[in-house]
Amino acid sequence: MSNRVVITGLGIVSPNGLNIPDFLHAIQNGVSGIRFIPEYEDLKFNCQVSGVPEFEWEQLRNYITETSLYGLKGKGIAYGIKAALDAWTDAGNEIVSEDTLWETGCVFGSSVADTDVIKTAITRVDARESKKLGSRVVEQIMNSGVTAYISGRLGLGNKIINNSAACATGTQSILMGYEYIKFGMAKRMVVGSCEYVDRYVFGGFDSMRVLSRKFNNEPERASRPMSASAGGFVPGSGAGALILEDLDFALARGAKIYGELLGGATNSGGQRNGGSMTAPGPEGVVKCIREAIANSNISANDIDLVSGHLTATIADKLEIQNWVQALGRSGDNFPMVNSLKSMVGHSLSAAGSIETVAAVLQLKHNFVHPNLNLEDPIPEILDIIGANNLPTIKVDKEINTVAKANFGFGDVNSCLIISKYKND
Amino acid sequence: MDRKEILSELKKVLAPYTESKEMLAEINEQTDLIKDLKINSANLVDIIIDAEAQYNIEIDFDAAEKMYNVGNCIDVISEKINKPA
Repeated sequence: MSNRVVITGLGIVSPNGLNIPDFLHAIQNGVSGIRFIPEYEDLKFNCQVSGVPEFEWEQLRNYITETSLYGLKGKGIAYGIKAALDAWTDAGNEIVSEDTLWETGCVFGSSVADTDVIKTAITRVDARESKKLGSRVVEQIMNSGVTAYISGRLGLGNKIINNSAACATGTQSILMGYEYIKFGMAKRMVVGSCEYVDRYVFGGFDSMRVLSRKFNNEPERASRPMSASAGGFVPGSGAGALILEDLDFALARGAKIYGELLGGATNSGGQRNGGSMTAPGPEGVVKCIREAIANSNISANDIDLVSGHLTATIADKLEIQNWVQALGRSGDNFPMVNSLKSMVGHSLSAAGSIETVAAVLQLKHNFVHPNLNLEDPIPEILDIIGANNLPTIKVDKEINTVAKANFGFGDVNSCLIISKYKND
Repeated sequence: MDRKEILSELKKVLAPYTESKEMLAEINEQTDLIKDLKINSANLVDIIIDAEAQYNIEIDFDAAEKMYNVGNCIDVISEKINKPA
């Protein structure tokens, strides 16, 4: 048994938009969400800019109960709740259900449980005051905190899973939800991912010298995927969420349909042949993209847009080479390619879901969002795919099929193929 | 501090943990924290921690176990206030 899977709801917490209309406007107009963070200058970080959503706790007031909101300190969880519940209502559902929804599950990913909450616990315990921690710490320092909050609020009764695959987490969570529906184990899945990059996680990356450090005075220029003057990525925070549904289930309730998730793949290069803890091996990447295409029953020539991982490190050049090899297309025959990270930075686990939301919006509204800060593309990238496929302003264009991929530490890869829904 | 005053302050301690604001406004010594105010049993420890801070007292495990309705809470708190730890 194999079912078709459609996308019926979207939710977003992004550095350049806290709801879908604002986010759509931002990605159409190339609005950057990268800001200078005074605290990071004080901490002597090399990189002092970040993509931070303009989130305030008050915004969650209508999402969860007052008693639940009181004592919630984990921002990653908060972003996840907001994105997931926005997607749920966008799909035309009521938040409050009397009974358990056995046909609906949740796969929501994250990298690091909230270190601010963990820090509070560490400080209290070390001061011999564990007695004062209270009841709300454990639920926020467990990785599955975000899925517990989302599924509890919505009354979800199918598979409830918190996945973690570094920067491939978001696309992987969407793929997992897709598979449960495709193979008949669930009718509907709330999928996505969240990340709150606090000073401790940020510091770890800063010490690896993989972050942008030359544009601290010009934050909006700091995130430069595929640019010759890029010097590392800009960390960001946020969450993206989608509602995936069995096609018949969605049609039966008259749901609006953004697009169809045709298929995807996730794998690992095994940290062999160029792959390592921190670098994706080309063989695994090419295999992942090709499997995603094969699983979706399309041809590589059908792809109109590549939404890359493209973080603004030395890996960008290799990534484009891998796409060229995987698709068997190059020069002007290569599809347009863009990186949302040029606007919002790299939000680790949340990147895949935020970028997939952006991909679905480009598909739905027929445009390719601009790449910011790409006035000087890396020459080797220009050589193999040409300048025409690297838009720096919005391009209005019929988009039928998008390939969205992310690659993470541990040499893990994940790729999705999304298309317009066609009733055939 | 008499029982009436303690009850009045206890309302403030309980407020963040109950969705039943109308019921909270009308609590009396017989009001059950879990059954009437629909407080999550896991939150009883938070109420004890907040009460300790509010009244500058220490509530041990044995005393805490008695605090399931408003009257019991007032018993424990008034006893501790009169015999500071």
